[in-house]
Amino acid sequence: MAVPLLEVDDLTVRFRTDAGWMTAVDRVSLAVGEGEALGIVGESGSGKSVTALSILRLHAAATTRMPTGKIHYGGKDLLTLPTREMRQIRGGEIAMIFQDPMSSLNPVLTIADQIGESLRLHQGVDQATARKRAIELLDLVRIPDAARRVDEYPHRLSGGMRQRVMIAIAIACRPKLLIADEPTTALDVTIQAQILDLLRDLQRELGMSVILITHDMGVIAEFARRVMVMYAGRVVETAPVGQMFRRPVHPYTEGLLTAIPKLDVDVRRLPTIAGSIPDPTAVIPGCRYSPRCPQVQESCRRDSPALLPAGPEREARCPPRVAAMAKETVA
Amino acid sequence: MFRGIMMRLSQAVPVLLIFSVMVFMLMHLLPGDPALAIAGPDASPEAVQKIREQLGLDRPLIVQLLEWFSHLAVGNFGESLTLKQSVISAVGERLPVTLSLSFVSLVVTLPIGIGLGVVAAYWRNSWIDAWVMVLALLGVSLPGFWVGILSVLYFSVQLGWFPPSGYVPLTEGGVGPWLASLIQPAVVLALFQIGFLARITRSAMLDVLDQDFIRTARAKGVDEWTTISKHAFRNTLIPVVTVLGITLSLLVGGSVVIEQVFALPGIGRLIVQGILNRDYPLVQGTMLLFGFAFVVINILVDIIYTIVDPRVRYG
Repeated sequence: MAVPLLEVDDLTVRFRTDAGWMTAVDRVSLAVGEGEALGIVGESGSGKSVTALSILRLHAAATTRMPTGKIHYGGKDLLTLPTREMRQIRGGEIAMIFQDPMSSLNPVLTIADQIGESLRLHQGVDQATARKRAIELLDLVRIPDAARRVDEYPHRLSGGMRQRVMIAIAIACRPKLLIADEPTTALDVTIQAQILDLLRDLQRELGMSVILITHDMGVIAEFARRVMVMYAGRVVETAPVGQMFRRPVHPYTEGLLTAIPKLDVDVRRLPTIAGSIPDPTAVIPGCRYSPRCPQVQESCRRDSPALLPAGPEREARCPPRVAAMAKETVA
Repeated sequence: MFRGIMMRLSQAVPVLLIFSVMVFMLMHLLPGDPALAIAGPDASPEAVQKIREQLGLDRPLIVQLLEWFSHLAVGNFGESLTLKQSVISAVGERLPVTLSLSFVSLVVTLPIGIGLGVVAAYWRNSWIDAWVMVLALLGVSLPGFWVGILSVLYFSVQLGWFPPSGYVPLTEGGVGPWLASLIQPAVVLALFQIGFLARITRSAMLDVLDQDFIRTARAKGVDEWTTISKHAFRNTLIPVVTVLGITLSLLVGGSVVIEQVFALPGIGRLIVQGILNRDYPLVQGTMLLFGFAFVVINILVDIIYTIVDPRVRYG
């Protein structure tokens, strides 16, 4: 990858909770190339959404300490950018869509208004032009009868349609990067596939980079080129998608992959990862996955593992497995 | 829309019917006798009895009730027992005073109450929020008559800014004296409303600010002011409008006390007078008017709903 479009460097985000400060995102680094699709996977609470929100500084200001680290974009650090300039980036250059389309649209404003707002803000077009462009955008996200739909309020649309409207809002100003935070989680399966298809087509047509956040390995396989696995606020593995599916390095990634139900095998019980994601305020010495890891070793409980290179474009936070892999390659 | 309003109005008929029966019963449950009040303390029992017969008060209650209803049906609210004038004209004379008072009070209440609530919510948990909530609590808990008396002592007696009591109709002195005679009672009346509305607005705004669509607005690059004024405010109004109906009703109720303190010749004083004199037709008539006002206010609130919230539309 030449110069990446967006580069996140050592991002750390802390929340204030009743139990004190907790680290939701712990020194996460990632890079997205121009036109690239990066997937971020992890269980709920792994810090993937917080990472995404922090890129646009949309985390809840009242309970979050200002994230530390660096977010390089277009020669600027988004974390220290003045608010005015940050607002020009938001929606203009980096856009975001969210998990729940039912609540992500403003119930008292028309679709035209909500799509047009981005255009008026970032491109300074007038009301009439904004409305015309809104209709075109609705067409682009394959909403039938766009000219009529554009004047309706969100409650008249289904969940899938609303997510399409959210996508239309996001792509309105032709952003360079689209962050999609679990865009299909709240939708039913057939709609999920349609929305993913739409996102993929739009990505190609508009040449955007996409960060897709999900807990669904199937979605990752279909959509992303590279994938980053997060666990308890840390990156545990990054790899090109094909390689990760063929040969996961980190035991957690392995666990996630075995938990995918297989259609051609009759199973009575789906395999799961034993235990549950740790309480974010709990202090776990050594590897955070060690309490749940089936291949845990003595050193795992003692030393905090580093993210180690494990082949071209690959990194994993599991010294024993990385070492084993290296031996194999030599032999 | 029109059909919806007509339907709501027709639904009001049974409500008012039940309400008026209750008012009638309550009045007659009160000890005391209008005939005694009219005849005076020195009248002989025979004279009192005679007046009672003249007024028809010796007949069974049910007959009196039905007679009152039959008069109501043709728009006759009856004659006041003590004022030597019809209930309609007595109410008609005093209605502008109470309406003026309520109107000025509302004009003071709405921007201040809603404004304070929004400000407190936006800077939640800050010192601004804390002060607004203290003021709101004071407004809700300080009794109006006491604040009213203190206010008269200071602003009218000491500073001489406003007349201490009385009312100047719009038609007599123009806007200036009219407003001067009303501003003090209206503000005192508004204190409770402002406190109430500020608290409701604050909590409604806090709910809205936590909604996903606010995050969507920010993700679009919308600035803070537009986020609040365009995206959050109208959604905040939905619950606020609901309580606005209650607030307006309280405004009418509160005027009963405030008119007493500031000697304003409004409906509130008329009711108090009527109750003290056991002026049955007068009290029943004015109470019915209050009941009707509540119904109209609630219909207005429903109409405002349809403007504020596109999900609510009359079919």
